Amino acid sequence: MEAIKSENICKRFGTKVALNNVTFSVEKGCIFGIIGPDGAGKSTLLRTLSTLTTPDKGTAIVNGYDIKTEYKELRKHIGYMPEIFSLYQDLTVEENLEFYASIFNVSIQENYSVIEPVFCKLEPFRKRMAGKLSGGMKQKLALSCALIHQPDILFLDEPTRGVDPVSRKEFRDILTTIKARGITIVLSTSYMDEASMCDCIGFFNDGHFLQTGSPNEIISSFSKPIYSVRCLSKYKVLMASRQWEDTESCYINGDTIHIIFTQSIPDTYSFEKYILDTTNETIKISKTEPTIEDCFMTISNIQPQ
Amino acid sequence: MKRFIVFIKKETLQILRDYRTMLIVILMPAVQIVLFGFALSTEINNIDVAVYAPIRNNTINNISNRIASNSYINFKGYLNNAQEINHAMKSGETDIVIAFSRHIDEVEAGAMPAETSVEIIADASNPVSAKTATGYVSSIISGNLAETAGASNPIKIEPHMLYNPQLQSSYIFVPGILGFIILIICAMITSISIVREKETGTIDMLLVSPVRPIVIVGAKLVPYFALSCVNLATILILAKYLLDIPMQGSIVLICGISLLYIIMSLAFGILVSTISKNQIMAILICAVVMIIPVIMLSGLIFPIENIPVALQYLSCIVPARWYIEAMRILMIEGQPFSAVLKQTVILSSMTVIFLFLAIRNLNKTMR
Repeated sequence: MEAIKSENICKRFGTKVALNNVTFSVEKGCIFGIIGPDGAGKSTLLRTLSTLTTPDKGTAIVNGYDIKTEYKELRKHIGYMPEIFSLYQDLTVEENLEFYASIFNVSIQENYSVIEPVFCKLEPFRKRMAGKLSGGMKQKLALSCALIHQPDILFLDEPTRGVDPVSRKEFRDILTTIKARGITIVLSTSYMDEASMCDCIGFFNDGHFLQTGSPNEIISSFSKPIYSVRCLSKYKVLMASRQWEDTESCYINGDTIHIIFTQSIPDTYSFEKYILDTTNETIKISKTEPTIEDCFMTISNIQPQ
Repeated sequence: MKRFIVFIKKETLQILRDYRTMLIVILMPAVQIVLFGFALSTEINNIDVAVYAPIRNNTINNISNRIASNSYINFKGYLNNAQEINHAMKSGETDIVIAFSRHIDEVEAGAMPAETSVEIIADASNPVSAKTATGYVSSIISGNLAETAGASNPIKIEPHMLYNPQLQSSYIFVPGILGFIILIICAMITSISIVREKETGTIDMLLVSPVRPIVIVGAKLVPYFALSCVNLATILILAKYLLDIPMQGSIVLICGISLLYIIMSLAFGILVSTISKNQIMAILICAVVMIIPVIMLSGLIFPIENIPVALQYLSCIVPARWYIEAMRILMIEGQPFSAVLKQTVILSSMTVIFLFLAIRNLNKTMR
């Protein structure tokens, strides 16, 4: 069964198109990751699905309710965590949680089991002001607040932004336990490496999905071989590689350069020689397995300098 | 209803936690009353006056005696020539010199000389106080001259200062301060507190909940309404017992119209919060649209009759103008309700308009 089914959602702000015919669906009980760069329209999509903004065109059925007409009923069944951790800085951890629980007409005690995996780490800080928590703690509290009424669907807008790597790792485990309770999670992120915790991902850019599928599906659909180049001066080599006649695309990936050639079996020897001639750089070139980032780079045709 | 109370509790807690703002809000009325009532008074005390008289006669003696006995004036004695006048004025020993001409003798004798003049020389480095002081002195002199000349002087100047015989400025300021403070607390602080939720994003968390926006906003207004009432009481009590303002009119009426004004300001605060994106914008809108006109166009400092006609028309759309007018009529003149009917009707219709716009905008921006 589908938790979310959207059809041709359009939304524009003035002349800027934020959402351009977004059509996608999310299976119940899975973690769906909307992956894309900043300004792609991820937040607008999440805000639209969680009834905070109305689409100009198109509609979506979320948890069986129409976001345009049945938003009042829908709001009882969704949780939303905005990009900035929306907490009352001048209220304590406990007061924040109590407040959010009471506006949903639930008590913390009866729903404690839902937030337990998230909130257990916050227990010692019950009396601390929310504004005095660390980034990771704020994230956990915001998540607890969005979860306290046991929603069917949880929308998380960039939940791991500004959170340290250890907390991010912890966060993945938490999401897995939430998912185990049958809660559908839709999150947006600009970190490609977070795709691995999602059951299903969608590449999102310029207001629409470029490709959706499970991470494995997406990687296996990537047919071209990728070559990784190690060298000293990445910028010089990158510029030279662009000039090479058989280069389809190349971009920096971590401390290497990834190159996709037009032929399936490229002449790496002459490429190495070409680079040495033009830049005086000795490179090490080797074939590598495509990652989610490679798929995104290729599909969106973005070539960061 | 249970949710409504939860919201009020949270809002109150937040106000109490921010004790600095709270302190300012509670103390501001008291400080302003004291400032306007005592320090910033426009009435003039201790005017130093000297008299230049080439001859001494009864008229001059009478005038001098009157001046010397006036509690607002310090009589500095007689001067004998132009140099002394010059010196006294330059050194600041006197603020005003009254210079009589020799013809004053003839007036006393019953004759009507072609030209008689009494010169009042004032130190106009502070034009406002010079003007007021000159007014005091000239009224004393003209009163006295009229007495001397008797029936032969048909011109009698008799200024009567109604309601405020001592021209006490605090009488005028108290309604103004009320209008000003209620606006700051209701409109500005309320809109800031709503916009702050927009800035921190907490409003999004609330809007995706089943709570209706009207409940969210309504609950915000309750604590600020209570705060405004506390301030209203503080100001009225201070005005009555510290500044000795007579409070002639009915206290029920004063409070009633004040409550109307409070509700109007709250509605304006919501309206501002729906159109501002951040707290600075909310402050600016409140300051530019409300607070500056309140100071400039409501008669708080400049009497409305004295400002240019175009601005007088503009002042008609400033709610504080009507509120302050009504408060003056009720508090100082002590007139009945019929006297403030016009102001009440105008304030009520403004309240309705603001409430309508606020709720419409609220439903449009949040649903």
